[in-house]
Amino acid sequence: MEAQTTYNYKVVRQFAIMTVVWGIVGMLVGVIIAAELIWPQMSFDLPWLTFGRLRPLHTNAVIFAFGGCGLFAASYYVVQRTCHARLISDGLAAFTFWGWQVVILAAAITLPLGYTSSKEYAELEWPIDILITVIWVVYAIVFFGTIMKRKTSHIYVANWFFGAYIITIALLHIVNNAELPVSFLGMKSYSAYAGVQDAMVQWWYGHNAVGFFLTTAFLGMMYYFVPKQAGRPVYSYRLSVVHFWALIFTYMWAGPHHLHYTALPDWTQSLGMVFSLILLAPSWGGMINGIMTLSGAWHKLRTDPILKFLVTSLSFYGMSTFEGPMMSIKTVNALSHYTDWTVGHVHSGALGWVSMVTIGSMYYLIPRLFGREQMHSIKLVTAHFWVATIGVVLYIAALWISGVMQGLMWRAVNADGTLTYSFAEAVKMVYPFYTIRLVGGVLFLTGMLIMAYNVYKTVAGSRAVDDAAIPAPAGAHA
Amino acid sequence: MDINDLRSIVTVLSFITFIGILAWAFSGRRKAAFDEAARSLMEDDEFARVNVKSAPKAAGH
Repeated sequence: MEAQTTYNYKVVRQFAIMTVVWGIVGMLVGVIIAAELIWPQMSFDLPWLTFGRLRPLHTNAVIFAFGGCGLFAASYYVVQRTCHARLISDGLAAFTFWGWQVVILAAAITLPLGYTSSKEYAELEWPIDILITVIWVVYAIVFFGTIMKRKTSHIYVANWFFGAYIITIALLHIVNNAELPVSFLGMKSYSAYAGVQDAMVQWWYGHNAVGFFLTTAFLGMMYYFVPKQAGRPVYSYRLSVVHFWALIFTYMWAGPHHLHYTALPDWTQSLGMVFSLILLAPSWGGMINGIMTLSGAWHKLRTDPILKFLVTSLSFYGMSTFEGPMMSIKTVNALSHYTDWTVGHVHSGALGWVSMVTIGSMYYLIPRLFGREQMHSIKLVTAHFWVATIGVVLYIAALWISGVMQGLMWRAVNADGTLTYSFAEAVKMVYPFYTIRLVGGVLFLTGMLIMAYNVYKTVAGSRAVDDAAIPAPAGAHA
Repeated sequence: MDINDLRSIVTVLSFITFIGILAWAFSGRRKAAFDEAARSLMEDDEFARVNVKSAPKAAGH
């Protein structure tokens, strides 16, 4: 009986703390591989420390460990608070936490050892794939089970975004990781698909991992934490509904833009490009909806660093969802593909949008989970914001320059049709920009260390909140 | 009828469904319910505790 009058904050706390921990780990690996691009001897000739093995560790750690833990924390908190219901099962929720940590540790061990299925963002080998599937199904049971026992009549829009993300990631993960295991201890499998079909399935997965993991899910975060922190209801609720369905109907088709000028049929490439361009509309609709939620409360931006994080994240969301459709245009892609421009674009989304909205949400959440009014130091939150923002700007500006330069040098031809530049000449030209990129990455990581200290000081000596009351249903008031 | 006809039909049906959702979302009948949903977030008291009337509110809210 007691359990049904309170929310389950324990699992939210666990995921929130691990968000900070894995953020530091994942970004540290990112800084290391950024340095390796400047000083390749940093791998000390050890295969485990080479760029090729650490890079998937970096991407998996920041997306699935940092981002994933942040999403588990946010979705479990939001679904409970907006449904006025405790998670349906504390045991199953705890299973998703510990299971997810095991997956992360398995990734951290197997990827440096060289076990990989070689599919980008789906490198983990088949035994880990199966574990992820089990955890994800349990996650869906906990999330949708809680929605089913809700005490409110309406399902708040943030839950729609979280729900779509959970269903779609299950679909993407299972289809793209359909593979034939050939060795258990050797952790080796072969994809169920061959040739260009394999490439298309991979990038259908790859782009929807961006679309549903890194966008839809974090929009769920945005639709809860931006109104709460601004103290104002979302600018237009009906726009949020249209935003949701427009994303659902279009994102699935954008994947082929990763395969421009390949063996993929030309019409498929054009289809991917057109749908990527259409995506600009719902993306900007959502961004405007988030930012306009502050109308009438703009003054809060001056003093509230959490709002600064959230609004800046929306600005980067707008920038990268403009840049993305532009880069999907085939003629632009002819210049940008395989260059650092793509890497810069991804980080404008990953650092500017995903990380900043997550960091802002965690700064909102952590004091509430530990019975504090606010973070230990608001000044340090402000410091984190500026260090992180300068870091992102340095990072993406450096890679814009190096990327466009690479593209122009690779395509330059002499009058007789021979290449103007050797490949090594383009490599030499990017060194200064790789150094600026490293500085940007170090700044962003420094911000996370500031956050870790601030979180430690907030949590130390505080009281874990396990008595947050679920409101009694209307009419049951004394 | 080959599979491509089916694909075309699904695409057209999806489009019509989306237009339907647009009309539904922007119809005047939904306005009150949507406003209520948006407001419900603001009315949720995150500092309510079991056995305690009301914990102190966070500064700045």
